[in-house]
Amino acid sequence: MTEAVELANLTVRFGDFTAVENANLRIQAGEFFSFLGPSGCGKTTILRTISGFIDPTEGAVRIGGQDMRGVGANQRPTALIFQSLALFPMMSVADNVGYGLRVRGVAKALRDRKVDELLNVVALGDQGGKQVDELSGGQRQRVAIARALAVEPQVLLLDEPLSALDLKLRQHMRNELRAIQRRVGITFIYITHDQGEALTMSDRIAVMNQGRIEQVGDGRTVYDAPDTGFVASFVGETNAIPGRITATADGEAALETPLGVLRGRNPQTLPVGTAAQLYVRPEMLLPDPTTPENRLSATVEDHAYEGNLTHLACRAAGLRLTVLLGARDRRAPPASGASIALGFAAGDARVLPVA
Amino acid sequence: MRSSDGHIFVLLLPLLVIAGFALIALVDRRQGRVTGPGFFARNGVGIGLYLLLAVSFWALLVIVLPQLFMVEMAFRPKLPPAATGGPRDVYTLENFRYFLYGSTTSTAAWNVTHLTAFWKTIVASILVTAGNFLLCYPLAFYMAQMAKAARVRLLLLLLIAPYWVNEVLRAFAFRVILGTSGVLNKLLLGAGLIDAPVDFLGLDVGLYAGLSYAYLLLMIFPLYNAIESLDGRLIEAARDLGAPWWRIHKDIVIPFAKPGIASGCTLVFMLTSGALAAPLVLGGPRSLWFTPIVYDRFYQAFNWPQGSAYAFILLLTCVAFVLAVLRLGKLSLGEITR
Repeated sequence: MTEAVELANLTVRFGDFTAVENANLRIQAGEFFSFLGPSGCGKTTILRTISGFIDPTEGAVRIGGQDMRGVGANQRPTALIFQSLALFPMMSVADNVGYGLRVRGVAKALRDRKVDELLNVVALGDQGGKQVDELSGGQRQRVAIARALAVEPQVLLLDEPLSALDLKLRQHMRNELRAIQRRVGITFIYITHDQGEALTMSDRIAVMNQGRIEQVGDGRTVYDAPDTGFVASFVGETNAIPGRITATADGEAALETPLGVLRGRNPQTLPVGTAAQLYVRPEMLLPDPTTPENRLSATVEDHAYEGNLTHLACRAAGLRLTVLLGARDRRAPPASGASIALGFAAGDARVLPVA
Repeated sequence: MRSSDGHIFVLLLPLLVIAGFALIALVDRRQGRVTGPGFFARNGVGIGLYLLLAVSFWALLVIVLPQLFMVEMAFRPKLPPAATGGPRDVYTLENFRYFLYGSTTSTAAWNVTHLTAFWKTIVASILVTAGNFLLCYPLAFYMAQMAKAARVRLLLLLLIAPYWVNEVLRAFAFRVILGTSGVLNKLLLGAGLIDAPVDFLGLDVGLYAGLSYAYLLLMIFPLYNAIESLDGRLIEAARDLGAPWWRIHKDIVIPFAKPGIASGCTLVFMLTSGALAAPLVLGGPRSLWFTPIVYDRFYQAFNWPQGSAYAFILLLTCVAFVLAVLRLGKLSLGEITR
């Protein structure tokens, strides 16, 4: 399979500020790829560099194997969907969708047919004659998608396009975007700070922090097997317990912590004596543990009932711990101030260097 | 109707219009279509009275009445003071006849001099307006979309500062530069580019340059305002979709800025066609601008009715032209004043 987009040693600086530092990445053709990170992490800069609005300071962007140096944004086989959508207010819906074809000199009859086709793809078949401001938020969203797809890009770039929508519509559009991507089969590169969006839609995710790509992998890998402390705490909730490694064996490490000796997987094979953190997900911290390894006791401070689950805020040896109880757990949650026994399997925890 | 009644009519007309509107407001309130606190209740009596007096003074005494009196005067004959109000003081079209035929009575020959000057003025104003737009659009676009804030402030200052100098002085400055023994000719002669001085003023270069410069700001600012409110991402979106730069301007920026463009062009066109200082100072010996002719009707011929008629004709033509262009551009008057 060929690469749709390749970033090779890509660095982008604005004056003294390094927005993207030495990014290396191969995005496969037909992949739904997401960049996930907090605002200011450089993900939008990467997107704008791929689309040609920013020139790399160092390194290269290759699209379909070709170096894009010196190729203007209007010449690249990419199409960008802006966070603000940037629909043209002076044009009708159909003219918006057909604009890319018009500037390419596509004859009107052909253009009209193509526009109709695309409006049908995004379920706006009868809305072509309307003005952009007559549409609802979700409809506008779909116009932007159709407009970008009209130019038949090899790569579709999406810059947090769902962030302006309300929750229900956002969830609906997630499925719709994924469905459209499967239907047209082109590469989607998606920017978001919402881990739920990234996890549900993407084939693979690049988690970014402070200009660096911290980890690339599918959603399960990023969530279950984070490479760094940042990834562990940014993607989903986690409990971080600091300590020092006292023993290593069989890909696991024992950590001397304020809560006693705890064991977890040691993916980076950190040596004995290293200061490290042990990360364990709230849903992996089980009350009334049956596992022999990793037991600890904590005091319940508060609990919040959320319908499908219950959040327990606990404290142990001065550390805050979060525990998730599933709805299946019919027992009454322990009262505040009560002592609770917790445990987790070593395979469900990861020992990573201090960030 | 005798013309002495005309003055009463002119005075009464705006008052009747005001009374009409007051009546409509009153009826609306009586029938409950308008509710809530009234004008004085909202603003207080003091401020309310001040607003009322200030606005009526400004609108009536400064704008409406002088214009109406001028229109009224355009339809009266020129008479010695003793004959005013006498039997010969009746409404007439003789001033308009004079504009067309060069005589108050005969229609045998066209008034070629004045008609030519009139049409030349209109056509030249259109050209000056178009030239002004071509000059200002790139600058306005640069300031509104590309330049950094500090650069914009500097440019605005540089644009505004020359306008602290009086309009007549600025016109004379063009004479100093463009005259046969002026700075530009000296430079060109010194550089050996020409053998004899070029008569820029005689060729009307001075006039057009002076007119373009005189109202530059009135073109720049509406354009700048309009383009500044354009979301830069629309430009990026068009570029991303493959549009070359000129298409972005044609399809995105200009349609978006259309109200600003219309506003700037209207201002510049109206003011250029009515300009007096630049044509007086910079007009060559063969160029005859229309406004100096109007000026002469008043102050050389002492024929105020004829001057009024000429001014009225110019105003009417310009307004008609502007409205026609707005109609063609599918714009309303309300849009260009945004």
